[in-house]
Amino acid sequence: MTNSTSQAEIVRQSLKRRYRKERRFRAYGITAIALAITALVVLFSDIISKGHTGFLKTTVTLEVTFDPEIMYLEDATDPAQIRNADYLAPLMAALKREFPEVSGRSGERALKGLLNSYSSSEVKDLVVANPAVMGTTQTLTFVASDDVDVFVKHRDDSSYSLKLTEEQQAWTLALMERGVIDTSFNDVFFTHGDSRDPGHAGVLGAIVGSLLTMAVTLLLSFPIGVAAAIYLEEFAPQNRLTDFIEVNINNLAAVPSIIFGLLGLAIFINLFGMPRSVPVVGGLVLMLMTLPTIIISSRAAIKSVPPSIREAAEGIGASKMQVVLHHVLPLAMPGMLTGSIIGMAQALGETAPLLLIGMVAFIVDVPDGFFSSATVLPVQIFLWAGSPELGFIERASAAIMVLLTFLISMNALAIWLRKRLERRW
Amino acid sequence: MSTLNTSITTDTAQRETTTQDAVSMAKEKPAEAAIEYGKTVGTPFADDAKFCLRDVEVFYGDTQAIKGISLDIARNEVIAFIGPSGCGKSTFLRCLNRMNDSIDICRVKGRLELDGQDLYDPKRDVVELRARVGMVFQKPNPFPKSIYDNVAYGPRIHGLANRKSELDDIVEDSLRKAGLWNEVKDRLDAPATGMSGGQQQRLCIARTIAVSPEVVLMDEPCSALDPIATAKVEELIAELSQSYTIIIVTHSMQQAARVSHRTAYFHLGHLVEVNDTDKVFTAPEHELTESYITGRFG
Repeated sequence: MTNSTSQAEIVRQSLKRRYRKERRFRAYGITAIALAITALVVLFSDIISKGHTGFLKTTVTLEVTFDPEIMYLEDATDPAQIRNADYLAPLMAALKREFPEVSGRSGERALKGLLNSYSSSEVKDLVVANPAVMGTTQTLTFVASDDVDVFVKHRDDSSYSLKLTEEQQAWTLALMERGVIDTSFNDVFFTHGDSRDPGHAGVLGAIVGSLLTMAVTLLLSFPIGVAAAIYLEEFAPQNRLTDFIEVNINNLAAVPSIIFGLLGLAIFINLFGMPRSVPVVGGLVLMLMTLPTIIISSRAAIKSVPPSIREAAEGIGASKMQVVLHHVLPLAMPGMLTGSIIGMAQALGETAPLLLIGMVAFIVDVPDGFFSSATVLPVQIFLWAGSPELGFIERASAAIMVLLTFLISMNALAIWLRKRLERRW
Repeated sequence: MSTLNTSITTDTAQRETTTQDAVSMAKEKPAEAAIEYGKTVGTPFADDAKFCLRDVEVFYGDTQAIKGISLDIARNEVIAFIGPSGCGKSTFLRCLNRMNDSIDICRVKGRLELDGQDLYDPKRDVVELRARVGMVFQKPNPFPKSIYDNVAYGPRIHGLANRKSELDDIVEDSLRKAGLWNEVKDRLDAPATGMSGGQQQRLCIARTIAVSPEVVLMDEPCSALDPIATAKVEELIAELSQSYTIIIVTHSMQQAARVSHRTAYFHLGHLVEVNDTDKVFTAPEHELTESYITGRFG
């Protein structure tokens, strides 16, 4: 009796210890998750607080009178003269009407600082395209200068050093009250390529570049990766060569991406003579990078297909190819797709290898094909983050939000696809 | 209290000795010595042989799993393979439609003929062989497709039906033969994986007979089923034996006794005895067979 009592006692004591251990382990887990969530919240709130103003643009709306006289135009019908006219003058005249007290050269220069340096060429484009506006008065809206933009959005934020003089600040505030200077949704950001001026810079070029690059990567790496995985899993004999290949694929997955960039530079550009900065080369380099991920995940997916299904098909007399196509592939597809999308998401966020193949160039035009110069979202963020203009800081953050949106939707797509394809059975 | 305790102790001690005796007896009787290599007692040969198997040896790497087995399997007979775990009965069964091919280290030696044609002829097409020799596995393994597609898969890949109506007929016929038609005729499009274990196994049998094989190999088809489902499958085997040659591996001696015409007893890779089922279970010729069916080991 005593023996059994003491045994129960021992068990009870060890139970206490076991439960303590379990509680401790659970506490570690909760701490880890809490830390991760905190980091995520800090990251997102920082990016969103810095970047949300990037989705707003500051505009100046002026009543511009196209007076041939102040534009130094003798003959308003002569295209050559129109091309060489002074387009700043009508803008300045419109601005001076707001502040009649301003006079003198320095005053005018200060007033000019409110205007974006691109505005006069925008006016020129308008007039060249439509000479009939000469002599009329038009209400035109321009993007304000970077300094005004920063002042309007961040005048209460001490971390921004304002470049406007106190006089200019007073003018800006006055114009804001009169509704001349206003903020609205930044459509420019989504409809333009890169620009030297933050007000005219957009992510469209980078988005299109990213999409073109991803298309090349996906079209090449998914079929090649899946085919390689199927061959290695189903057809390849088990020998030293296949072991060697397997080890190398696993190693390739761990190679720093910049090495792939160097490889792409050496092979695709220097050896094959392909052009720099183009989505095709970027896609090829990223394909090299994502292939190991896709092969490894596809092999895992194929391995997880129950052998009983394979046997069942073989037992009925399906050939190897039929077993693979009719049974193994459909069952492995969710896993393969998930792996591929995760590989693509990695590739979408990749910067280093693309720097080496020249996708870091300043490219204003939205790329129109696989062989036109382009940049991609992460490189665009890299470029803007290093720019001296204050307006680019918030645009970099805004671009990060765009990139994160793409990444999150790709991951969501992966989850949805997996759920959908698995739900059938 | 104390007397009771003692009596229990003695009893246990006695029981232990008996068990030990049995174990030591089994050990004292070296199984290898009792079997002559390649020698089978009883009636391993038949006149009208579907399968003619001579001196079959199977190796997994360096391990020999099947040791010189010679056996004839007659047309339209049901033959049961029994024996303790690891005795090679499944391995031997899988040689008959070359399911061992996918195992790299597996080598098969000897003469294996189906209707006088060599099974392991390098020129022989495995796909054609498996269409003639179907197989039902231990665990029900329906494809994750609809009931209809499961049964129709074989006829489809072999091109047995030219029209949808022909395929429908084959599916209905196979499901009827498998005794499943009345249970599933209203839900042919339902996923097969949603059926009960017994239904799944009968579906697998329907899938196998849909390609009209000549021989059906069954590898412990009832080991994952409950007694009622087992009874149904056994009934089905009895019916199928009218038109097919059936080779069934089983761990249940009652099952072997119920369904088979002949029974083959395997031991450590040897085929020890083949006889009419009645004879094996009433008057086994070999002492190992007797020890097994009386439950002394296995």
